[in-house]
Amino acid sequence: MPYPRHVPPALAVYALEKRYGSVHALKGVDLSVEEGELVGLLGPNGAGKSTLVKIAVGLVRATRGRAEVTGATAGSRAARREIGYLAELFRFPGWYTADEVLRLHQRLADSDGGAAERARLLELVALDDARNRRVDGMSKGMQQRLGIAQALVGLPRVLVLDEPTSALDPAGRRVVRVLLEEMRDRGVSVLLNSHLLSEIELVCDRVAILRAGEVVSAGSPAALSRPRGIELETDQGIHTIEGATRDDAPRLVAEAVAAGRRVYGVRVLTSTLEDTYLEAVGDEIS
Amino acid sequence: MSGVLTIMGYGFREAVRRKVFAVVVLLTAAFLVLFGLATHYVFSRLETITPPAGFHVDTRTYAGAFLLGLAMFATLFLGVVLAVFLTLGVVSGDAERGLLQPLVVRPVGRATLLLSRFLGAAVVCVVYVLAVYGIAVAIIDVAGNWTPPSPLGPGIELAGGVVIVIALSILGSVFLSSTANGIAIFMLFGAGLTAGLLGTIGHALNSTAIEHASRDAAWALPFEALYQDGLRLISSDASGLTGFLLQLGPFGGAYVHGWGIRVWAAGYLCLALALAVLCFQRRDL
Repeated sequence: MPYPRHVPPALAVYALEKRYGSVHALKGVDLSVEEGELVGLLGPNGAGKSTLVKIAVGLVRATRGRAEVTGATAGSRAARREIGYLAELFRFPGWYTADEVLRLHQRLADSDGGAAERARLLELVALDDARNRRVDGMSKGMQQRLGIAQALVGLPRVLVLDEPTSALDPAGRRVVRVLLEEMRDRGVSVLLNSHLLSEIELVCDRVAILRAGEVVSAGSPAALSRPRGIELETDQGIHTIEGATRDDAPRLVAEAVAAGRRVYGVRVLTSTLEDTYLEAVGDEIS
Repeated sequence: MSGVLTIMGYGFREAVRRKVFAVVVLLTAAFLVLFGLATHYVFSRLETITPPAGFHVDTRTYAGAFLLGLAMFATLFLGVVLAVFLTLGVVSGDAERGLLQPLVVRPVGRATLLLSRFLGAAVVCVVYVLAVYGIAVAIIDVAGNWTPPSPLGPGIELAGGVVIVIALSILGSVFLSSTANGIAIFMLFGAGLTAGLLGTIGHALNSTAIEHASRDAAWALPFEALYQDGLRLISSDASGLTGFLLQLGPFGGAYVHGWGIRVWAAGYLCLALALAVLCFQRRDL
């Protein structure tokens, strides 16, 4: 019987350290993104999120530790073939049209998708009407969506997005959210660096919270949220029973009814990702 | 190969859109018109160039070589301007603007990216320098019926000098912002020209110390040495007082010349490019 083949994570960093002179930006970070997994990276400014992302895509060299993309050293040609990246601060030449930007990246990525791939990507980011519009005639949000389309050129197995929704309006964010879910369904692994907790909570399978170059909390959004009690709405008003869990709900309702109360509603209270985040990063301003 | 051509086309299109070529073509046309007029007037009044009594000077060769030397200086200057503006922001400038990061993460890689930008600029500048130099030679031939003994060599050496400046500019762009890099390269260019003039002064004063300093500078900045060697080639058949006068002029004198400096210039170019690639590959973006 053959041994099961070891499949490396889509993206993994091991004991990753980065120093910029006297600044210790990353202090031994371990993190992995499995195939088809969507992992969110959270943390205040200066926590090391962008540094981590840049090391993963080969823009920055690690001081110690290693970063791998589908088993290949980050930054190597093999790793670059598997990755799609949207930088936090990026710009495309203003004189290129949306279609030309994608064509340029198709050539650089050796993608043979041709016009069909370009049309499909522009449709995915709701820019199909702006195919021939020049970049300098686009809004910031449109450029950001074009940046996401550019990252998807050549069907990468790993997608690294650094603040992909920072310039988007709610409708644009929804487009990106739907797109990320579609990517996950196709088995694409995504590392998403964002300040928008609600976005991360909605789409990510796992979250890692960085503070001062270290992972201070990690897990699924559900695992990171903790029970805060049960809220019971009766004819006497709303009562919160702190410390109670979901399992206590039937008993609490039965006790209230037995006591002659009329129960109108019951709600299990859990902490939000925002609560967890604020607990993890303390009073640092993001 | 496809990646190389794509990046070359990207750089070329950037230059077109930034109107670099439009400005250069306009300035070059203005220079060539003025140069044509000056050449016409010089050769139509050739008899007014009078040597001291009892000495023979080949005035046609003297005027032709002097004017071509002037044209070579202008061509080198315009070529360097073009080279610097095409390459001063290839790494730091584009990285600061966020243009570089989406390209660098692609499989094409940093070395290919940098060398393609170099090749793109080199092709443009070599074509430009050879064209301007060729037009200047043609103007002198038409107006004065004089051509240098080896017309192609000086043009190739001028183009080689500009290619070295491109390599230095790309190397500088790895470390310096666009503005700082532009200033640094123009100052290096100025230093090279000053060293060349210093050599001429040393020759006129018969000072071996000054000539030695000029020679060292030419080896350190071989674009200047190639320019000097090109100047030497245009007057290589001038002998006697004609040759002596040309040597004394600002467009005469080649204190470093021959195959030694040409081979060194080629090696220098390769070293500068290798250093640029090595440093770029280690640079955080």
